[in-house]
Amino acid sequence: MPRGRRRITPARRRLRPRRPSEQPDGAGGFLPACSAAGSRGENRVRAGISIDPAVKIAGSLGRMTDPAHRFESVPAVRDALAKVDYLADDGIAGVVYLADRLGKPVLIEGPAGTGKTQLAKSVAEMSGARLIRLQCYEGLDESKALYEWNYKKQLLRIQAERKDGATWQEVEDDIFSDDFLLTRPLLEAIRAEDPVVLLIDEVDRVEVETEALLLEILSDYQVSIPELGTVMANQVPLVFLTSNNTRELSEALKRRCLFLHVDYPDLDREREIVLAKVPGITANLADQVARIVRSIRQLELKKPPSVSETLDWARTLLLLGVDQVDAATAVGTANILLKYQSDIAKATKELEQDASLGGEAASGAGAKPWQRNA
Amino acid sequence: MPDPTTPPSSNGSNGDGRTAGSNGAAAAGIAAGRHGTHAGSGGAATAGGRPPGDGDEPRRPRTLDEADRRLATIGSGVALTELLSGFIAELRVAGLPVSLTENLDAMAAIQHIPLEDRQAFKYALAATLVKNAAHWRVFETVFEVYFSLRGREYALTDEQAQALADLDELMGEQAQEGDQRGAGGMGDQMTPEELAEMLFKALSQGNEAMLKALARQAVRRYAGMEPGRPVGGTYYLYRTLRNLDLDGVLDRLMQQAREQAPDHLSPLEERLERDEYEARIDQLRKEIEAEIRRRLVADRGVEAMARTLRKPLPEDVDFMHASREEMASLRKAIYPLTRKLAVRLARKRRHGRKGPLDFRSTVRHSLSTGGVPLEPRFRYPRPSKPEIFVVADISGSVAAFARFTLHLVYAISNQFSKVRSFVFIDGIDEITRLFEGTEDIGEAVHRVNTEADVIWVDGHSDYGHAFEVFWQRYGKDVGPKTTILLLGDARNNYHATQSWVVKEMQHRARHVYWLNPEPRSYWDTGDSIIGEYATHCDGVFECRNLRQLERFVDHLV
Repeated sequence: MPRGRRRITPARRRLRPRRPSEQPDGAGGFLPACSAAGSRGENRVRAGISIDPAVKIAGSLGRMTDPAHRFESVPAVRDALAKVDYLADDGIAGVVYLADRLGKPVLIEGPAGTGKTQLAKSVAEMSGARLIRLQCYEGLDESKALYEWNYKKQLLRIQAERKDGATWQEVEDDIFSDDFLLTRPLLEAIRAEDPVVLLIDEVDRVEVETEALLLEILSDYQVSIPELGTVMANQVPLVFLTSNNTRELSEALKRRCLFLHVDYPDLDREREIVLAKVPGITANLADQVARIVRSIRQLELKKPPSVSETLDWARTLLLLGVDQVDAATAVGTANILLKYQSDIAKATKELEQDASLGGEAASGAGAKPWQRNA
Repeated sequence: MPDPTTPPSSNGSNGDGRTAGSNGAAAAGIAAGRHGTHAGSGGAATAGGRPPGDGDEPRRPRTLDEADRRLATIGSGVALTELLSGFIAELRVAGLPVSLTENLDAMAAIQHIPLEDRQAFKYALAATLVKNAAHWRVFETVFEVYFSLRGREYALTDEQAQALADLDELMGEQAQEGDQRGAGGMGDQMTPEELAEMLFKALSQGNEAMLKALARQAVRRYAGMEPGRPVGGTYYLYRTLRNLDLDGVLDRLMQQAREQAPDHLSPLEERLERDEYEARIDQLRKEIEAEIRRRLVADRGVEAMARTLRKPLPEDVDFMHASREEMASLRKAIYPLTRKLAVRLARKRRHGRKGPLDFRSTVRHSLSTGGVPLEPRFRYPRPSKPEIFVVADISGSVAAFARFTLHLVYAISNQFSKVRSFVFIDGIDEITRLFEGTEDIGEAVHRVNTEADVIWVDGHSDYGHAFEVFWQRYGKDVGPKTTILLLGDARNNYHATQSWVVKEMQHRARHVYWLNPEPRSYWDTGDSIIGEYATHCDGVFECRNLRQLERFVDHLV
């Protein structure tokens, strides 16, 4: 027997006329951009006409309601995030707010360990939604991301039916139904009845070809299954995609998303993060930690310390009972902040150097920041 | 059409400026700026000096922030839509790929945020229009130009002068509150010493509002800006900074920190203090830049200013003429690209189902489905591991490119196990070993420049001789798995070309590619003999910026 794909072709061909013909396709991907409200209205209509009585899973489709907005305003988002110990800056809170209002996915990009994944988790926690996570990797395909037919169960069914003497027609109708569908994260997020946050983690790891799988779900919140028809979302879920920027994502994907670049936090925010995330730390120690980390980040390193490493370091210092970080302590525990031997050597050299001997040498890269253009 | 239930995009203050009965999502809610109490009604342009609403007497601002805000809003009267479309057009000219969808997204986004909140407004635009972190700087510059003051007719009117005076007065009061010296008063009457003293104080306390006001004052006083003067912003910046003597201020700050410390400052503490003050001074410098830019925009108009400030995107920066700062950002951009290059060169042919059926494996896997072979297995061809030879010219004519080349070579050799790299001027040397075992690219490049033996006679490029020696020494290592990348401008100083070497390479190697950092129009002019080598290469590519390098990488598929 040939490949699975070819095997299902007759079913697909037979099903096609049953699908509603007036389903708008070209305009669908484009219009939602104009106005969030407009797109939702349109979706509702489409959900209405695309119900196919023969489709078992369609029962829930007609209920695509205009959801009340989750968030009141940008400061409200920030406060709510702060309650679950995620300290967002203006940019982060603003984009999360807009994602809700416009009903668009958010593509989060930035160095490792700056809280990209954590943002999605925190948003889920703060809005009381279930987090559905799709971890991307090279070789991810639609059977792992979207849905898969349960071949073994289908086979059993065929064998069982054969004894009962059912016609081929009946068997075929039966084995391509909801019972034999294994939902994977993307389809699960679309079909969820309860509020969900969908996290597509490290999307830059999949191949360019696989990215295309995501496009339908990101722009229209729907999944087309050839044998079943189109599954529409009951509600517009909040979708977050994270990327470490190891490769350029396709234009098509970027166009469908709001873009958020998360960088290392500034001094004040980092101090707040340390205070919030490390229970029992004194304000003084948190301040010192944040300042030393900032200083280290200014060196030219292979991998500057990330926020998660800052937190690890702060916890270590706390465990060691340090309340005043001096150079010796910093050097002794540098292996927690930095992960490359060359980086550790460099930082050690810089930290131990007497700054008063030569301001130029101590301040790192030579020219002071404000002198560069002058 | 926008949903009528959409909350008003901003509160009452801009309600009067809204175009009633807007004819589309784009125009709704974003017409007519967010002026404060002073701007005209109905979105009329108000360039004039007097506030149009005669009844509302300009209230003296009470706080620095308020005064600052007032200053920023005076003179705005142009409809925001118009400004926004100009803004997006400028982004496109600057090279950002802003699609129509994204344009509409931006329009939709700003309906949901209060327009008074400048930061939120900026982030809303950025989230919808900028899809690459490397483009952020260009976006920010254009944003500052377009939205630092809205309205081309912005000029230093009486009203503004009044606002400035208010600001100065406030500064004076604050200075008095700060210490009881009785200094202050009107900003114009302050002596330079007093100004310097206030600057010192503001920096040592980290008072941001104060720094902002001081930056404005300093520009007004020292930059010597005159309308219509054809000099760039950097000139004014230089003049202002020279007068402020920030190095001296930093020294004083450090001195103070040392004195105030309970005991001797350890080197680490000293370093941290210095970092803190440097960050503050950097902040001040940014404020000064912003103020100069604002004034220049007022003088010359938005479009003209945007044109002068236009900077190439990182991927458009010419390798040959990259500044140090641009080079640093290039270096960051290289890594994803080399990874891509590595993937392309080592591409595993797994996706094409070209292999023959693997009977054994198919039967084995059919066991789980009761002996029905549901999934046929194929024997895919095993991809061979490619070897890469990089041969790069590092002579003076391509010096800037060579620096970049070395970074590229280093990054590639981190991705591949079998990379051998060679550099030449008129002699050739293998530098693979210099890149091994070091994680510091700066050090590796330094070692290449000092240790590599690349000079044979006089240190002028001689491609012919270099290639000949390469073939003699390393030719035997070139095999059917080898891909050779040649990097250089092929300016041979009229020496013998020895192009037979390249021909031999092509015969023996899998591919030979040549990357040339010169513009195509210069090829084969003067002593460039790229054409002669090109006949024997599988491809010659112009490679002056990242975009072109990326195109080359794409071509490799």
